[in-house]
Amino acid sequence: MSTYAQKKGVGAVLWDYLTTVDHKKIAILYLIAGGFFFLVGGLEAMFIRIQLAVPGNDFVSAGVYNEILTMHGTTMIFLAAMPLIFAFMNAVMPLQIGARDVAFPFLNSLGFWLFFFGGVFLNLSWFLGGAPDAGWTSYASLSLASEGHGIDFYVLGLQISGAGTLIGGINFLVTIINMRAPGMTYMRMPLFTWTTFVTSALILFAFPPLTVALFLMLFDRLFGGNFFNPDMGGNTIIWEHLFWIFGHPEVYILVLPAFGIFSEIFAIFSRKRLFGYSSMVFATVLIGFLGFMVWAHHMFTTGLGPIANAIFSVATMAIAVPTGIKIFNWLFTMWGGSIKFTTPMLYAIAFIPTFTMGGVTGVMLASAAQDYQFHDSYFVVAHFHYVIVGGVVFALLGGLHLYWPKMFGTMLNEALGKITFWLFLIGFHLTFFIQHFLGLMGMPRRIFTFNSGQGFDMANMVSTVGAFFMAVATIVLLINIVMTIAKNEKVGGDPWGDGRTLEWALPSPPPFYNFKQLPLVRGLDAFWIEKMEGNKEMTPAEPIGDIHMPNNSFVPFVISLGLFIAAFGAMYHNEHSWGIPVLIIGMLVVFGSMFFRSVKDDHGYHIHKEELMDDDKGGKA
Amino acid sequence: MANEELNSGNPKVDIEYRRRKSAEEMRYQVVSFAMMIFLTFVAFIAVGYDISGWFTIPFILVLAIIQVGFQLYYFMHMSHKGHEAPALFLYSGVFVAFITLLAFVTIIWW
Repeated sequence: MSTYAQKKGVGAVLWDYLTTVDHKKIAILYLIAGGFFFLVGGLEAMFIRIQLAVPGNDFVSAGVYNEILTMHGTTMIFLAAMPLIFAFMNAVMPLQIGARDVAFPFLNSLGFWLFFFGGVFLNLSWFLGGAPDAGWTSYASLSLASEGHGIDFYVLGLQISGAGTLIGGINFLVTIINMRAPGMTYMRMPLFTWTTFVTSALILFAFPPLTVALFLMLFDRLFGGNFFNPDMGGNTIIWEHLFWIFGHPEVYILVLPAFGIFSEIFAIFSRKRLFGYSSMVFATVLIGFLGFMVWAHHMFTTGLGPIANAIFSVATMAIAVPTGIKIFNWLFTMWGGSIKFTTPMLYAIAFIPTFTMGGVTGVMLASAAQDYQFHDSYFVVAHFHYVIVGGVVFALLGGLHLYWPKMFGTMLNEALGKITFWLFLIGFHLTFFIQHFLGLMGMPRRIFTFNSGQGFDMANMVSTVGAFFMAVATIVLLINIVMTIAKNEKVGGDPWGDGRTLEWALPSPPPFYNFKQLPLVRGLDAFWIEKMEGNKEMTPAEPIGDIHMPNNSFVPFVISLGLFIAAFGAMYHNEHSWGIPVLIIGMLVVFGSMFFRSVKDDHGYHIHKEELMDDDKGGKA
Repeated sequence: MANEELNSGNPKVDIEYRRRKSAEEMRYQVVSFAMMIFLTFVAFIAVGYDISGWFTIPFILVLAIIQVGFQLYYFMHMSHKGHEAPALFLYSGVFVAFITLLAFVTIIWW
């Protein structure tokens, strides 16, 4: 295959991306799709803040507000944060461990397309009779009473995209266990790889409860089940438990990779080895472990009883310990380092106080007695935006600047990047800091408007002004991206100059086979070690030989499309006679394409040794 | 690969050694198979005789756990080297499932 360097038409590029199984291209797909949904969720956030800017506002009606609020949460968690995290995992993790691809390239592509079709399905609800309106938690007693098809879109859309996420998580686990380069022991893995590993394990155990919960809800709403209906002997609390058994690990699924990205940023721009590497690994694993034993702290006011509340309360507070270990390790990494204040580093530095504030309110909420006061107030809203925006979104923005050159071969503009950062930071604190006090003053969550004269007017206005700062920051970021793509100034393999891990030893973007020869890893921060010894590149661990590559495949797209079609059939089968046939046709497409995949042998192809040698002579690949 | 079977057909491995290993493996399998049938009989007897449910139910649960152990370690070769990662994930899954069930039986249903 020596055609990869040629210019291609739009159609060919599109077909290439539709069928790709290359982890770097799938990362770009995740980035584009996740970025799009991030903008959609952000737009919904702006509508929320506009509606709440002044008392008694009628910018949107109460019903539409519920839909916007639900879709903001659902979109941001499932369709923006998760895929953006997956974008960086796909782009960086295989490079960091010295692998040529993930373990199952076909499944990687299938995971993306399932997520994509699930997300599109969920958002089509806006045009097909109304979006889900029972909050992102979709508690059963509320969602079973919801009219129209909004909740059905939620259930089916999340079921499809959740399957994609589960597939992605298993794929990363197998990749990290089996495909590390020679010398890359577990305790030499970069921290981003470690957090990817623990996160993938959390996905493996946390998504099945969600799948079960969504299936039960699906049967309740569409096929006459009564799992959550107390009148028929069901129990509505079961949904809450199943949802939070998934939902609490989910927030660690989001924040652990963010910790990983920050660990990389701190080490690179302090130009020091990460302080307390082994304790960082330990803390990551411990957070993952404890994350499964605290879900009921979301349900303190449900009436679990004092013993259960006390157990979950103490378990929750225990999580502050490993998180504290991490915070101090990052501070000590910077201490005595030669710090460069680049855009990613600014995000990382701003993350520490922001996230710590979110953590402190977290410990406050963990106390069951206090939680009765805070529950369902804006205090909770402020808390989780501090941890999720301050932790995850800062990491995604910082990571975008850090890894943009590795993914696209160009550098985002630093000046514009810093403008984005400052606008976003100021806007974020302006929006959410004051919401702590709104909550303490008694403003409840999820209300579509409020009356004047309760002392909420000024604070809500401030909050809305802050939201506009964040919107402007996002626009500046988009301008930055467009400018960078238009200029297209190529950079080398280690554009920050201080790259420590294996991915920076490769050209930007890396050739499609990643490593011509698998590298020999001689310690933590493998590339840094070679640099310190005066080597320009990694020592190879094998002679140049043929490289086995997988073929592109259109089957993942078709499987996902089949589920997408089947979901429409399932949803409309009660009121339209075409429902059941469409459901069957969709499933036939799914199983037919799986059957096709199973019986057709696809052995991939080899890049021959001679072609690899030719690349050397012709300059950069 | 670390988790290759001992009787992998690798010509470098001594044939006598492999034969002895296979025989040993076979003996374990037969013994655990016999034990499993025996435990099943015991379980049936425990249920068949009219003993209090407070004895029977925990008793057959323990027997079931032992049987799962036999199944995993002797029939599915988890006792061999190179199964650490699968074992870790298996036990993590068991742990999560156990916590979930524990919560359901203690704070939802009873």
